[in-house]
Amino acid sequence: MRRPLGPVGAVLRHVVLMAGAAVMLAPFVWMVLTSFKPQAEILVAELRLLPTRWAAAENYATAMTRVPMLRFLVNGAVVTAAIFVLQVLVNLPCAYALAKLRFRGRGVMFAVVLLCLLIPHHVVAIPIYILFHQVGLLDSYAALVLPFAISVFGIFLMRQFFMTVPNDLIDAARIDGLGEFGIVWRIMLPTAVPAITAFGIFSVVAHWNDYFWPLIVVGSEELYTPPLGVAFFRLNDQGTEYGPLMAAATIVILPLVAAFLVAQRRFIEGITFTGMKN
Amino acid sequence: MADALALPAPAAMRRRGFGEAMAALSLAGPAMALMVLFLVGPLVVVVLLSATDYQLGARSLSYVGLANYAEMFADRVFRKSLENTLIYVAIVVPASVALGLGAALLIEAGTSLRAFYRAVYFLPVMATLIAMAIVWEFMLHPTLGLINLALREIGVEGYNWLQDRRTALFTLCGIGVWQSVGFNMVLFMAGLTAIPGELYEAAAVDGARTGLDRFRTVTWPMLGPVTLFVVVITAIRSFQVFDTVQVMTKGGPNRATEVLLYTMYSEGFSFFRTGYAAAVTVVFLVFVLALSLLKTWVLNRRVHYA
Repeated sequence: MRRPLGPVGAVLRHVVLMAGAAVMLAPFVWMVLTSFKPQAEILVAELRLLPTRWAAAENYATAMTRVPMLRFLVNGAVVTAAIFVLQVLVNLPCAYALAKLRFRGRGVMFAVVLLCLLIPHHVVAIPIYILFHQVGLLDSYAALVLPFAISVFGIFLMRQFFMTVPNDLIDAARIDGLGEFGIVWRIMLPTAVPAITAFGIFSVVAHWNDYFWPLIVVGSEELYTPPLGVAFFRLNDQGTEYGPLMAAATIVILPLVAAFLVAQRRFIEGITFTGMKN
Repeated sequence: MADALALPAPAAMRRRGFGEAMAALSLAGPAMALMVLFLVGPLVVVVLLSATDYQLGARSLSYVGLANYAEMFADRVFRKSLENTLIYVAIVVPASVALGLGAALLIEAGTSLRAFYRAVYFLPVMATLIAMAIVWEFMLHPTLGLINLALREIGVEGYNWLQDRRTALFTLCGIGVWQSVGFNMVLFMAGLTAIPGELYEAAAVDGARTGLDRFRTVTWPMLGPVTLFVVVITAIRSFQVFDTVQVMTKGGPNRATEVLLYTMYSEGFSFFRTGYAAAVTVVFLVFVLALSLLKTWVLNRRVHYA
């Protein structure tokens, strides 16, 4: 694309990028190293990278047992999975209707979708909280999941994708006697897998990491998601036992970071592609 | 098929049209219902609530007109909150956009370690912010933290970063930049790959010799619209700063890090002054909406970066 750098340029490039990389990685490295150190070595105010006595086992054991960390992780997995499945079930058929069916009100419907794209979810938090308070849904899995079942962004993304699917494919399915529901789930769903994957990555990352909404609607410890769990852990030990605390932080970020390292390209694509929303 | 063709055309179309409309209704119905329940309805409600004195759990509420807004703009806390949010956006946006662009250009300028750098710079985007905020808090600890220990090695006395009024907000800005550089970087990378190589060849023919020449004549003009887009979405994301404040400073010390969403959260969910919190939300909405409309306008000018 462009001319290759000269030798000086190439070295400079690495010097600058390595310095930047050190800053980007510092918190991760410090977190993991601290999670290996015993309390006594953390409390000496000296710059030491590696522990002299390894305390990894104790720290991780404390992180898993002082609070029900495993439970938090399972909650996180259940909530993000439930949100994603509901999002596909609710939004995919709607996107198909908007892209491929002709009916009165389609224009208005799509305009509403576009307008809803502009609403950040913080803005609707108070009314939804009041609604859940009225119907007694606060402090439940439903409260964590339901508001995200609708994803106007998902509708928008899928619709754009379905617009590119040739009508012949759908007509052929109709001739074969498939109903509209059959077309959505047996024809459109399989063709939309790349778009759904990108959206899925976006959705899972957003909801695994979300702190604002769980903080508002959840009160009982057994419903905590990982971000609430790690914040709770910090309050619980008065923020002094850094070894276990850093172990807890490591545990919380590990699933996504591991998935990211395995499927880097997909993650970056998914988040770039869908990042337009936020 | 033959039967269908034999029918008079208008009747067939009407029947088909009716069936299609019914199918559309049943396919789009659930999404539409949820959209009204969780987006459109709440949006209307939050605007209406901002004109009431409603408190969560109260049995009644009354219309107070613009009283909440009047109280808000007279309130030192709210003014500080708005000011801090604007400062935060004004620092994080240019810094993370410039660094994101710089990282993208440098990484794409060579071939070695490209994937490594990209992954490293992108890592903070993926990592759960609340967990990383806790790590940062520890790193910024006045006596035990990595930052001050490292500064002491080179003979500099560090601050109590998060508890000092002079540094707290800027420290949060730094974390905000750290978190968003990678996101902006990948957007710029997508923009860079979309620049046709012939443009660089043409520029070389026209006498662009140095890297700077090429940047000035080709890269920057081609990236201009992408940059505008990245600026706007970073601004929207920065307006939503909340996690780091909630877990690290609680808006302190002495309101030095009070930001809009945190004000909304504490008024609405700690003090249960729902009407007032709704008014704060509306102010937040106005800013984000203005930025979103700007983004839509930018997108409609056909900025394609992927």
